[in-house]
Amino acid sequence: MLRIFLGGVVLIALLIFSLGTALVVGLQGRGPGALSSADWSAVKFTLWQASLSALLSIAMAIPVARALARQSFPGRQALITLLGAPFILPVIVGVLGLLAVFGRAGWISSALDWAGFAKLSIYGAPGVVLAHVFFNLPLVTRLLLQAWTAIPAERFRVAESLGASPWAYFRLIEGPMLRATVPGAFLLVFLLCLTSFVVALAVGGGPRGTTIELAIYQAFRLDFDLGKAASLALVQFAICGAVSLLAFIVPLPQTNGLGLDRVPQRLDGPRHRLWDGFWIFGAGTFLVLPLGAVLLRGLRHMLEVPPQVLTASLTSLTIAIVSTALCLAMALSFSLAFARRGSLARSLAEATGILGLASSPLVVGTGLFVLIFPYAQPMTFALPITAAVNAMMALPFALRVLMPAVQETYSDYLHLRMSLGMGRWIWMTRILGPRMRRPIGFSAGLAAALSMGDIGVIALFADPDLQTLPLMLYRLMGAYRMDQAAATAVVLVVQSLFLFWMFDRGGRGHAALG
Amino acid sequence: MKLTSLFAGLFLASAAVAETPVLTVYTYDSFISDWGPGPAVESAFEATCGCDLQMIGAGDGAALLSRLRLEGSRTEADVVLGLDTNLTAAAAETGLFSPISLSADYAVPGGWSDRHFAPFDWGYFAFVHDTQLTAPTNFRDLAASDLKIVIQDPRSSTPGLGLLLWVKTAYGDEAGDIWADLSDNIVTVTAGWSEAYGMFLEGEADLVLSYTTSPAYHLIAEEDASKTFALFDEGHYMQIEVAGKLATTDQNTLADQFLQFMVSDAFQSIIPTTNWMFPAVTPKTGLPDGFPQALSVEHSLILSPAQAAAQRSAALDEWQSALAQ
Amino acid sequence: MLHLDRLRYQQDGFSLTADLQIAAGDRVAVIGPSGGGKSTLLNGIAGFLVPREGQVLWNGKPVPDHPGERPLSILFQDHNLFPHLTVLDNVAIGLRPDMRLSALQKAQAISALDQVGLGDKAMAHPRDLSGGQQGRAGLARALLRQRPILLLDEPFAALGPALKDEMLELTRQIVHQAGITALMVTHDPQDALNFAQYAILVIDGLAQAPAPIGPLFDQPPPALQAYLGRRAP
Repeated sequence: MLRIFLGGVVLIALLIFSLGTALVVGLQGRGPGALSSADWSAVKFTLWQASLSALLSIAMAIPVARALARQSFPGRQALITLLGAPFILPVIVGVLGLLAVFGRAGWISSALDWAGFAKLSIYGAPGVVLAHVFFNLPLVTRLLLQAWTAIPAERFRVAESLGASPWAYFRLIEGPMLRATVPGAFLLVFLLCLTSFVVALAVGGGPRGTTIELAIYQAFRLDFDLGKAASLALVQFAICGAVSLLAFIVPLPQTNGLGLDRVPQRLDGPRHRLWDGFWIFGAGTFLVLPLGAVLLRGLRHMLEVPPQVLTASLTSLTIAIVSTALCLAMALSFSLAFARRGSLARSLAEATGILGLASSPLVVGTGLFVLIFPYAQPMTFALPITAAVNAMMALPFALRVLMPAVQETYSDYLHLRMSLGMGRWIWMTRILGPRMRRPIGFSAGLAAALSMGDIGVIALFADPDLQTLPLMLYRLMGAYRMDQAAATAVVLVVQSLFLFWMFDRGGRGHAALG
Repeated sequence: MKLTSLFAGLFLASAAVAETPVLTVYTYDSFISDWGPGPAVESAFEATCGCDLQMIGAGDGAALLSRLRLEGSRTEADVVLGLDTNLTAAAAETGLFSPISLSADYAVPGGWSDRHFAPFDWGYFAFVHDTQLTAPTNFRDLAASDLKIVIQDPRSSTPGLGLLLWVKTAYGDEAGDIWADLSDNIVTVTAGWSEAYGMFLEGEADLVLSYTTSPAYHLIAEEDASKTFALFDEGHYMQIEVAGKLATTDQNTLADQFLQFMVSDAFQSIIPTTNWMFPAVTPKTGLPDGFPQALSVEHSLILSPAQAAAQRSAALDEWQSALAQ
Repeated sequence: MLHLDRLRYQQDGFSLTADLQIAAGDRVAVIGPSGGGKSTLLNGIAGFLVPREGQVLWNGKPVPDHPGERPLSILFQDHNLFPHLTVLDNVAIGLRPDMRLSALQKAQAISALDQVGLGDKAMAHPRDLSGGQQGRAGLARALLRQRPILLLDEPFAALGPALKDEMLELTRQIVHQAGITALMVTHDPQDALNFAQYAILVIDGLAQAPAPIGPLFDQPPPALQAYLGRRAP
């Protein structure tokens, strides 16, 4: 009963946080009619860039994933692991790296300039889409690779022994797999890009690259026009809601990373060596170069790292840990409450997960601001609010890892438990606990790293004297202190990856029991 | 809820009250940077006031006003320094500012008579560029060229807002077309002046929106004569930067004392070679080298605070729509 | 005649050698303990593995490298059918992997389905078939391809005893009528006896020459005896 109660509490808290804040914001707004033509441009741009980003990410991920699926080469496993990194990489660090490579003062522009061509211009739509592809190409590649390696080896052998041409290969095996996987992957990337904020803030280049999320921030922070912020938030919520409904028809792919270490057993590898090599090398370079650029520059200037980095990193760490604890508490009570309750509960859990994905941190933030403002200075609550919102944003990912683990443990061992007359305590500590250790560790790592790298509500609420590590990095970039920014980026990356590693590692500690 | 307040309490513990009175001044970022006027102003004022002067940077000038609106009557600021006359009408309308009475021998063109705000410096907006560059002589030339510029967001930055009103004043109903034509020249729109100027110095743009006095900085501080400004034949929009006292201040006397200090020679003599603007009251030592050239503007443009407030919203919509295309 | 000429395969640190001959039209069971190399042998003959040494010859000539060009068909225990294709298409890809069938080819595919008793299931999808029917569809495809060799990798192991016997018998008849040379990996000595005339014993990475199956089981060598235990048929 307690489990149901806790699960219910979490569910209600989530509904208040997502739908509730949206409602508050809605009451505040003057409706979409109050939006100017520039605001509608932001809406159009948001939809356009999210579609294009998803399309490009997938179009490029298909050849890359296929190459990884059928080639085996030294460093393959390392590359696949590396593909998981952008997901937990602070967005602002990625942006800094992309500027170092693709910016007007970056490597490619310098080379173009030297060769007598025009420099690249990254600000605006190209930068936004480029950054989104940078972050989502690896994610989609891993999703597709997982689907690819899940195809039974016999299928490939049957096709091989039939003498299938590459086209027949595609029609027999890869086409159907892609048809089943790509729509969900598209939806996932589309959703992630829909609520993109930091990228547009850093490289949007003004009104031409403004997303709804950024427009909410501007209406709020620059114009202090709560009505307009609310109207924009309403539009954002409506779009996310509509897309989320689609997710019930087209299920979002799972991101548990299973099967990625399977060695390819395919015979068509050698035939496509050149083509596959091109994609693997291209994707590898595209991912490694920007990161390498930042980290190298940062390491060279490590001594110039500003002294405030210490307080900022402590602040970030505190937020990350509180937010991780909150996220785990929510995900666990939710999983324990609903994992065994049939399809209705599962849809409920699914819906909650999607709700978290579709919620915009800035809408939630705006709603909370409006709620608090009559009674207290909302800025005072910047840190707890940030921790709570970060926990909510990480929840869908934690649920996707924990829910199946709980379900599996129950379905595998419940009968055994009953036949042994095992008590609740023993069950929890000896069976469920150890079995959950690894998924808990992994989702804690995700939640901590996501919170560590996020700039969202904190930008809405932050004082000039309050800063998290990513916010500080953004401000240093703003002041064009690129060396210090790069040095700070090193600290941020190390801290994020360390947090992830520590939690994940903690979960693996008793691997023998799991 | 209990957890939340406990958590908040933990973080607020550091804001404990000190024994010496604290005067909190909100200002823009570049004012308090290491090379800005902030450090010198702070030590000069603290030498006489027996107080702790805390200057907090809150983005660029226009962001100051948004921040005050956000904080409302709960703001901790006693004085706000760094708004300009394009914002004073809107600022006064918030009711957050208290009237002040200061006397000074202002050298601000057009004189000064505002109940809520006192000027501390002024200047002309201009596009700054390398001397090697053949600069355009008006906005139409600029828009027709391939030159790349960095500008600031009018919603967060006073230079950005100044540019908006500059184009509006010079071109009236055609301002929207000018912006549409300028759109492909704009590398990016930054939140504040510091960002834009930093990008320009790193070579990310050919011209940057700044002031006619900016080349003097390179000349005097860096002995570098390679920067100059583009003289536009439409005239140059003028900026007068001001400070005001919050009605909710709990340091009323100290705030008045600070504002009086602001128009005194001690403060005004710091301004030219740190903030690189014309001082509002000419210091005894006169103006440094490079400043006379900055005055070579043939005719200056400026809207009254009331006009600026009236035009801002429509001009902003026009700007946003033109650049969003 | 299928000639495995001093073959050696290497896979994940495991090595299999085979030097033997199988006469055309023979039905051969491949038996031996798990991990002994039975599947490796079949995968090698099919062309999924590249030999380190030696070669596979069919009627005195080396077979092509590519599995699709080898004179053989292969049936696995599972995943022989593509779930998104109809039964007819699944069979027809035996002739045209790109599914561009002429009317004649289509008729041939349907007649192959008739032969295995699936004539009425041509338009069904694999998910609508029982396990035995799926096995029949796979068999129909092998039949349609008319390749002289058929490799069977425990094809009916998941079926119940009666159904399995029925399928084995059907396969035996088809193979016999078409004069196909068949190699079947199996765990079950009884299946081996029912289906094959000869047996290849694969133990510890060595495939022994085929021996007549009856005598082999009557007087098993020690290695086979150890594998069979008391389950000798």
